Amino acid sequence: MPRPQDDDKKKGDSGNPKEDAIEVMATVIEPLPNAMFRVELENKHRVLAHVSGKMRKNFIRILAGDKVAVELSPYDLTRGRIVYRYK
Amino acid sequence: MAIHLRSAEELEKMHRAGLVVHEVLQALRGIVRPGITTMDLEKFAEEQIGGKPGKSAFKGYRGYPCTLCTSVNSEIVHGIPSTKRKLREGDIVSIDFGMEVNGYFGDSAVTVPVGQIAPETEKLLRVTRESLDRAIDKMRPGNRLGDVGNAVQSWVEQHGYSVVREFVGHGIGTKMHDEPNLPNYGEPGRGARLQEGMVIAIEPMVNAGKPDVRMRDEWVAETADGQPSAHFEHTVAVTANGPWILTRPKDATGPSWL
Repeated sequence: MPRPQDDDKKKGDSGNPKEDAIEVMATVIEPLPNAMFRVELENKHRVLAHVSGKMRKNFIRILAGDKVAVELSPYDLTRGRIVYRYK
Repeated sequence: MAIHLRSAEELEKMHRAGLVVHEVLQALRGIVRPGITTMDLEKFAEEQIGGKPGKSAFKGYRGYPCTLCTSVNSEIVHGIPSTKRKLREGDIVSIDFGMEVNGYFGDSAVTVPVGQIAPETEKLLRVTRESLDRAIDKMRPGNRLGDVGNAVQSWVEQHGYSVVREFVGHGIGTKMHDEPNLPNYGEPGRGARLQEGMVIAIEPMVNAGKPDVRMRDEWVAETADGQPSAHFEHTVAVTANGPWILTRPKDATGPSWL
C-alpha cells in the first residue's frame, strides 16, 4: 500500500517550533548578563527568559519589576522568551 | 527520522510475513476472471488468511475498511473492494495486500489482467513490471535512493508513460509505513545511501497517460485523464549479496512478477 507523499506533514502545523509556545504572564525579578532575565510566572515558577529578537530590534528596555508576557517552549519549561513588556 | 537497519533475524521474520502475502496474492491472481466483483476478491483473501498466522496490515490502517486494495483500470491505488464493482473482460485490477506477522510487515501488489486485454494495456503492465525489476536491481549497498527512483522513472518515461508523484514507496519493518519515502522518480546519486539491512517497499504506479491524480474520495486515487494505471510492488531488503525480495519464496529467480 503506497504512502501519500505528504504524509509527514500534519495539517495546520507549519513545522516551526516557535508556534508551539505557550504564552504566560510574568514579572521580572532581576536582570542577568547577556540580556537574560529571571522572571516569575503567575504560578510562582521562576524561569530564565531572554528577550525576543523583535523586542531587541526595537530597543524595548526591560527593568526589574516590569510585567511581561513570556512564551515557554513545551519541551523546556525552565526557559522562556519575553515577547511583550506591558506599560 | 532515522532509517531502521534490520538484522538477519528480523529479515527472516519479515520474510515470513512476506511469504503469506505472496501466497495470498498468487491465489488471488488465480481467481480473477470476468464477472467476479472486487468484493469477491476481498472475501477470498479473508478466507485465505483465516488459517494463517498474523493479520491484514491494511484493515483498520488509518480507518481503511478492507484487507485488500483493489484498483481497477483508471484507479491508481487504494481502491476499496465493493460488491458493485464487477470485473469485465479487458479490465486490469491492481491487488495490493499486506500482512503483519509477529509484529513484522510484508507488503506487495500485482496488477492482474481480466481475461483478454488490449495489447497497449499489456504493454503498460509489462513496462511497469520491468520498472520494478530495474528498481529492485538498484537495491545494493552503496547505491542511493535516487538511483532506485530513477530506475523506475527513466524506464517508464522512455516508453511514453508517466509515474505518479502523489504516492510513494516506503520503508517497512515493524510498521507498514516507515522511513524513508521512496518516490518513483529521482536523480541518480541523490538521496540517502542504501545500507545492508534497509527494507523498502518499492511500488511503481505508472499511468498510461498523464501523471496527474484525482482523489475520488478520502482513499481512492484515480488518473485525472481517465487512462489506465498499473501498479506492482515488492518488499525488498538490501543485503551484502544484493537485493532480497522478501515477498516471494527464496528459491524464486528471474523477474519479480511473472
